[in-house]
Amino acid sequence: MQGNRACCEGALAAGCNFFGGYPITPSTEIAELMALKLPKTGGTFIQMEDELASMGSIIGASWTGARAMTATSGPGFSLMMENIGYAVMTETPCVVVNIQRGGPSTGQPTMSAQGDMMQCRFGSHGDMATIAVVPSTVQEMYELTAKAFNLADRFRVPTFVMSDETIGHMREKIVIPEKIDIVPRKPLEEGKLPFEADEDGVPGFAQFGSGHRVHVTGLTHDERGYPDTTDPDVHEKLVKRLYNKVESKRHEIADYDAVNTDAETVFITYGPCARTVRQVLHDHPNEEIGHLNLRIVWPFPEDTMKLFPNAKTFIVPELNLGQMVREVARHTTGEKVVSMPKIGGHIHTPDELYRAVEAEK
Amino acid sequence: MSTRVFEKWYREDRLPHIFCTGCGNGTVMNCAIKAVDTMQWEIDDTIFISGIGCSSRAPGYITTDSLHTTHGRALTFATGVKMANPDLNVVVFTGDGDLSAIGGNHFIHACRRNIDMTVICMNNMIYGMTGGQGSPCTPVGKISTTTPYGATEPTFDLAGLAVAAGANHVARWTSYHTKELTKAIETGLSTEGLSFIEAMVQCPTAYGRRNKLRTVTDMVEWMRTHSILLQKARRMEAEGKSIPEDFFTVGEFIHRQRPAMGVKR
Repeated sequence: MQGNRACCEGALAAGCNFFGGYPITPSTEIAELMALKLPKTGGTFIQMEDELASMGSIIGASWTGARAMTATSGPGFSLMMENIGYAVMTETPCVVVNIQRGGPSTGQPTMSAQGDMMQCRFGSHGDMATIAVVPSTVQEMYELTAKAFNLADRFRVPTFVMSDETIGHMREKIVIPEKIDIVPRKPLEEGKLPFEADEDGVPGFAQFGSGHRVHVTGLTHDERGYPDTTDPDVHEKLVKRLYNKVESKRHEIADYDAVNTDAETVFITYGPCARTVRQVLHDHPNEEIGHLNLRIVWPFPEDTMKLFPNAKTFIVPELNLGQMVREVARHTTGEKVVSMPKIGGHIHTPDELYRAVEAEK
Repeated sequence: MSTRVFEKWYREDRLPHIFCTGCGNGTVMNCAIKAVDTMQWEIDDTIFISGIGCSSRAPGYITTDSLHTTHGRALTFATGVKMANPDLNVVVFTGDGDLSAIGGNHFIHACRRNIDMTVICMNNMIYGMTGGQGSPCTPVGKISTTTPYGATEPTFDLAGLAVAAGANHVARWTSYHTKELTKAIETGLSTEGLSFIEAMVQCPTAYGRRNKLRTVTDMVEWMRTHSILLQKARRMEAEGKSIPEDFFTVGEFIHRQRPAMGVKR
């Protein structure tokens, strides 16, 4: 199955019933397949006029209770930033798939890249926290897309599937699980205000049409949802809660593989670079090379680095000029950090990565 | 005589509102609420959606579920709401800048799709909330903070745009013509497909003050005397008579039954 198809199948298994999108290479197969499949399952597919509109449509749909998704690539992702911030501020669950390609600008539409990793975290204005999953196989594309819906609903935050052209267009055999756990968003309890958080920092959801008569605004608002844009305390309380409801749970959210945890030289990867590292480990089974692969990179699970107590060097290969490596570096406790940036559209070869290991000997 | 009509539709705990003294937006809101009330729509089945600007603050004062969205994008959110749950009644409040400048693309595509909703644009010919910058509807020669020597760009004919793009029901009235405006909105609410109602409104604070229409009544009077019925304008055109440049047409521009999307199941 193709990666982009696995994304659709995972979404549908997770109950996705609304897709608003705009075609863009290399994510287009997702829109095409959703157009084919959603009408047959009673869902709604709509092709919007641009990515600003795609993002608006899934937020609107989400407020009616839909499990809503869009898919895009770099240029479209840039256009979505404004309404992604709106989704953060209004706590609207939604899933945004970014099949990354080479940038900046129109860049390399058909080539692989991971240049948007910081954009999905910091791309929209203001302080915020979001969640990003990154698949390294077609199987993970299926599972992580499904998981993204549960995370979006649980934390009421836009959740990104930060894949790339390599995984999106790759074909692999996958095993479709018999059942995907669907954890629906918790409804607003009677007597609670629509933006009054429970203990976990997340308010119950006041679905449109359910009688809660909620006012939703991107302005700074109080627990009633009413705008209050000049009281510093209201703003601080709101934005800190939006931030902490995700960041404080980052170790619980963390999803990763840790291999050869006694190793001194450790690769930290996300997405397709994990595949090359797996090949290196396969080719050099006695070298005791460590590998930490992150399936969720935001919020960044820095504790996972402590799983390698003997680590002297962390090597971070990425399909960009070095983005997540800085996140790794700021959580080290004396270990050396080696950045292995690569742009142009191809992933690292096993030889390239093994040479980096040898250099550390 | 009670002035507190349609009280159940308003959030009293949100008062006072932010509209300036003499603003026309409240009049349009009341016309819209009267029309919605006449339709006997349920509060819990009705969603008001808006973008950014003075007009877009309206949903915040209405009791229903509402989305106060990003600048220019109200129609995209409304599309999502209505396509995901066609059983909900959707009304969009917007302004001339919100709808025709930053949101122009969404406007024509919403009309083309002809999604079953009513879009009410309060056209005050200016960006009022931010202090009076020129919009695509600021008439040539008029003063705004970004057209200090007089606007030079031609304006958009919003109603004409909606007709050309495919909306099923299109009308333009003013905050002076409250009866006609209310009726036009009501017709819009009961029409399947997209209904576009352009309501010209006075903005004495940001527009009138700089354009020799300093008082509220000056601006309302200007709208009364410079609006010309569509039928009359068409008759004059047929007779070869010219319509003065600063006049604008009011009336029902189109009422048709193109296939609509998002109609109640």
